[in-house]
Amino acid sequence: MTTNAITVRELTKRFGDKTVVNGIDLSVRRGEIMGFLGPNGSGKTTTIRMMCGLLEPDFGTGTVLGHDIRRERSAIKRKVGYMTQHFSFYDDLTIAENLHFVAGLYAMRPKRQIVKDTLEDLGLASRKDQLAGSLSGGWKQRLALAACIMHKPELLMLDEPTAGVDPKARREFWDDIHELANNGLTVLVSTHYMDEAERCHRIAYLSFGNLVAIGTTKDVVRDAGLTTMIIEGADVPSAARALAGEEGVDQVAYFGATLHVVGSDARALKRSVTRIAAETDCTAVPAKTSLEDVFIQLMNTSRDNTP
Amino acid sequence: MSRFFSLTRLRALLSKESIQMRRDRVTFAMMIGVPLVQLMLFGFAINTDPKELPAALVAPTQDRFTRAMVSALELTGYYRFIAPNATATQAEAMIARGDVAFVVTVPSDFGRRIERNDRAAILIEADATDPSVASGAISTLSTVAGRALQREAGDAAPQQDRGVEIIVHRRYNPEGITQYNIVPGLLGVILQLTMVMMTAMALTREAERGTMENLLSMPATPLEIMLGKVLPYLAVGAIQVVVVLAAAKLMFDVPFIGSLTVVLAGIFVFVLALVILGYLISTVSRTQMQAMQLTFFFFLPSLMLSGFMFPFRGMPQWAQHLGEIFPLTHFLRLIRSVMLKGAEAQTVADSFVALGLFVVLLSVAALFRFRRTLD
Ligand SMILES: Nc1ncnc2c1ncn2[C@@H]1O[C@H](COP(=O)(O)OP(=O)(O)O)[C@@H](O)[C@H]1O
Ligand SMILES: [Mg+2]
Repeated sequence: MTTNAITVRELTKRFGDKTVVNGIDLSVRRGEIMGFLGPNGSGKTTTIRMMCGLLEPDFGTGTVLGHDIRRERSAIKRKVGYMTQHFSFYDDLTIAENLHFVAGLYAMRPKRQIVKDTLEDLGLASRKDQLAGSLSGGWKQRLALAACIMHKPELLMLDEPTAGVDPKARREFWDDIHELANNGLTVLVSTHYMDEAERCHRIAYLSFGNLVAIGTTKDVVRDAGLTTMIIEGADVPSAARALAGEEGVDQVAYFGATLHVVGSDARALKRSVTRIAAETDCTAVPAKTSLEDVFIQLMNTSRDNTP
Repeated sequence: MSRFFSLTRLRALLSKESIQMRRDRVTFAMMIGVPLVQLMLFGFAINTDPKELPAALVAPTQDRFTRAMVSALELTGYYRFIAPNATATQAEAMIARGDVAFVVTVPSDFGRRIERNDRAAILIEADATDPSVASGAISTLSTVAGRALQREAGDAAPQQDRGVEIIVHRRYNPEGITQYNIVPGLLGVILQLTMVMMTAMALTREAERGTMENLLSMPATPLEIMLGKVLPYLAVGAIQVVVVLAAAKLMFDVPFIGSLTVVLAGIFVFVLALVILGYLISTVSRTQMQAMQLTFFFFLPSLMLSGFMFPFRGMPQWAQHLGEIFPLTHFLRLIRSVMLKGAEAQTVADSFVALGLFVVLLSVAALFRFRRTLD
């Protein structure tokens, strides 16, 4: 048995003449929670679909739980739980009927008992006869998660599971995910949220179909090699205007009354910031680079590299 | 559990589909209601033997023979002369406008010819745009006219073999379609419309609502998915068949000469071909709208070329060849032969083979077309 739950090499997908996923190499270890990040349209969903056998790659190879992603789709489907980006259970079926349907498709036994237990775990037993279409976003998400772990998969692929869910429900959701991972499940989860990225063991960052960073959040921040400085003072807006386009300055962003200035060339950045801080009567101090700064930088630079 | 087929999975798909079908009340009511409504509309318009149809009389000399003819015609109950003394021009305008269904023209020398024992003729022009309306009225004509004149003329009556010549012009639609052809044909048309469309929309709905992605990510095979969609609609088709056949018998008294078993067997193969065709359509269309358009793209020519609307043998050769590619053509041949002419199974074997061929070819095409992925 391989130690990797997912291994893909040079995975590529084109729609028409547009390359949506461009030669991705990625490994996910068993029992790991891997965060999949990137702006909208960067190819996260497409990559996940290829890995769970829903899309045929145009190029590249890969195995999921030891099965070839092109030839052994049905084996993969039995062992993987996939939660789609948009709710894709039946709105016109009740909660219980949806679960019965899933249990039937996986030929689970004893079916009734499993569905009943799932409903109770979810806290949905009293609402089991409610139509799924009438549930709120948070409950839909819980139903979808419950339905895709009912067959005890070895690998979960969750595509933006927390989009449109309130912070408390998100917190509970992540507690559940960690609980599952502690029991040996591997989880690949795509998200936009920075705080969620920090809850993953490792993250992979996609931009325009390219994998541009991978590792723990610490690794990713360190590998980016960025320098950040904070500007404070009476006339921050003037400083912001003056900094735009200066040598070494890649990003300028307001954080409350302060300004975060980020650049990859540390010496040039410091020179520019010190000079402009002096001119505008502000003070400049070095600060820690955040994950968000890194992502914005990655987005900007990889766009520059895309023809 | 088999990799390719499992009853458990099929049962899950079937039960899901039938719950959805039941919950979609409007569609479900339509599937039962549409056949009934169509049958009543088509059936009554065609099958009633309409009486008291308005008629115009063009008779320059209103002699006793003419009067005898007219009263005899009125006595049949089919004719009501609303313009008993019209000129030819007036009558022409009335039939063109649709004010009258018939124009009866008695030539001015009609009486004289009968008295002289010469050949006499009257002309009846019928508005045959709806041919079945006129057919009852026309079919009674010769006997009525003959008898009336015999009575009136006594000894001077024309001899049997010479008789009164009644010239009938069916206008606007020279071929007449017989009425019984229509109701069995209607069964085929109703089944074709509802079965193909409903099945075509069912799978497309999954794609459109995004549930297809979920379904494909679970271990259901293409065969199971197809059967899960097709079988529930087959059951609905069975209900429709019972409704239409019962109505044909009870409301319209359509003769049923042949074997019920052969008819049902034919219907089964036909409906199977239809639902699989619907399924095939749903594998090539991305939205329900497309599925609907494709259904009609197929439905309209099949209505024209199958022999439902126009007599099949009356069509040009190329159109007949084209007509053979529609299951409806073969079904119509089968059901008309069996129901109306009492044909045995062997006689309609060709139609069975043709329909069976559709089932096999369409299934293979559908399973081939089915996308296991979202590509
Ligand atoms: N079936 C498809 N046909 C054509 N283009 C597609 C299809 N699916 C996705 N795309 C395009 O591929 C790009 C990546 O989409 P996606 O993988 O959904 O990104 P993400 O999940 O990161 O937002 C987008 O530009 C999207 O428009
Ligand atoms: Mg996405």
